Amino acid sequence: MIKKVESKEKMKIQTVINGKSYEKEVEPRKLFSDFLREDVGLTGTHVGCEHGVCGACTVLMDGKAVRSCLMFAVQADGTKIETVEGLVNNKTGRSLKAAFSEHHALQCGFCTPGILMSSVEFLNENPQPEKQEIKEMLSGHLCRCTGYTGIVEAVQQTTDGNSK
Amino acid sequence: MKPAQFDYFRPSSVEETLELLTDYGNEGKILAGGQSFIPILNMRMSEPECLIDINHLQELDYIKQEEGYLKIGALTRQSDLEKSELAANTVPILREASRFIGHSQTRNRGTVGGSLVHADPSAELPLTLLTLGAKVIISSADEEREAALDEFFLTYLTTDMMPDELLTAIHIPIDSIPKGYAFEEFSRRHGDFALVAAASMLDVDENGNVLGGTIAAGGIDAVPLLAEEEDFNVLIGQKLTEQRIKEVVQKMVEKAEPDSDLHASAEYRENLAEVLIKKSLHKAYQRATESGE
Ligand SMILES: Cc1cc2nc3c(=O)[nH]c(=O)nc-3n(C[C@@H](O)[C@H](O)[C@H](O)COP(=O)(O)OP(=O)(O)OC[C@H]3O[C@@H](n4cnc5c(N)ncnc54)[C@H](O)[C@@H]3O)c2cc1C
Ligand code: FES
Ligand code: FES
Repeated sequence: MIKKVESKEKMKIQTVINGKSYEKEVEPRKLFSDFLREDVGLTGTHVGCEHGVCGACTVLMDGKAVRSCLMFAVQADGTKIETVEGLVNNKTGRSLKAAFSEHHALQCGFCTPGILMSSVEFLNENPQPEKQEIKEMLSGHLCRCTGYTGIVEAVQQTTDGNSK
Repeated sequence: MKPAQFDYFRPSSVEETLELLTDYGNEGKILAGGQSFIPILNMRMSEPECLIDINHLQELDYIKQEEGYLKIGALTRQSDLEKSELAANTVPILREASRFIGHSQTRNRGTVGGSLVHADPSAELPLTLLTLGAKVIISSADEEREAALDEFFLTYLTTDMMPDELLTAIHIPIDSIPKGYAFEEFSRRHGDFALVAAASMLDVDENGNVLGGTIAAGGIDAVPLLAEEEDFNVLIGQKLTEQRIKEVVQKMVEKAEPDSDLHASAEYRENLAEVLIKKSLHKAYQRATESGE
């Protein structure tokens, strides 16, 4: 028999977030974005649209940038997650943060955590991207403040041999 | 926006999944990449009693070449299809089309099978796989069957799958795949669903005359629209001319019933279809006539 988790029941999940292991119990319908913010207390992951369009909730799951609002917490069971809080321990993450500050790549900062997470995955996979590729990656993120120019420049600077 | 409550199953094999579908197929739904389905749940446009999460069916996550087919498991992520060297070498239009599906972040989760079952009439994969003459493999606890894609899509977001069925694989015949190919689309913003999209496959002889191929267009009808053979035949036996292209497009558009909606009028969609089909044919023709391999 395959185990059924009843809607009101809680399922035990285990996940490693930013290098730290968590064991929690969650209802099946809990979105992973809410789990991070409410159950784990990591409020750096922002929630904008809750239907996959804005990109604010983007985190890395097993190294891949994904929308945490389009996943249930139970689906993170057994995975490794990185959120914006974990970027202090990540070389590319630290360089990106510095570059964002330098290029005024954020204003209100609502979109920034998601953009940083996508950019980390992107730079890991494409160390020398074209400007057009950076723009395509950023198309998955809405920023209502900056006009994107600073963001593109910041990502680009991080690729230009400045990621020390 | 939070989904309503549901019971949750996490099967670890196709066999277990089919068992669950027999018992719960009517009240429940399959959860694959969730990139179309979870927004629907979050907005409470659907409140299924239970979800059957197939993300642990590793046996459905593969791309392989076998018996004259490129075989793609239903759970293959769209980003893996986009990056697959095997797919790019055997069926290059797959990479060209995959890059238009949403964003890299949604392709990391979204699956090939999910895109077909979701059956959005302007989605890239249904359209592209249709021009390739692909078939889908569908299983239930009782039987396994095959369906040709031109019979699979019934109308908007509707396929001929039964509630107790699981789509397991997509098979693309590759032995006589045309050398010329092209995928074109127009959307308001990069990553949005296309207003209209077009895919063409073309074979051309050494004199530059068209030997055969297919054309399909998305976003102008309730299902992706494949040019009928007799309509396509207008192009055969000669070089591509504007006149002939116009003729084929006209015949295709006549059979379509494009919708006017928030995003575009029916007239505008027909116009776009003509532009994009023409563009994809020219590009496919150019690739078909390129020397060397
Ligand atoms: C911001 C955004 C932009 C997008 N843009 C595009 C775009 O431009 N083009 C495009 O094509 N798509 C786009 N999509 C949708 C695409 O990302 C989805 O991945 C795809 O439509 C569905 O695949 P999925 O694996 O996510 O399926 P899910 O969302 O999990 O499922 C979709 C439906 O298919 C059923 N299902 C899934 N797999 C199976 C199976 N193996 N057997 C039986 N039933 C199954 C489910 O029950 C559900 O009804 C976009 C999504 C987002 C969030
Ligand atoms: S909150 Fe997840 S994409 Fe907007
Ligand atoms: S900085 Fe305000 S939304 Fe991007």
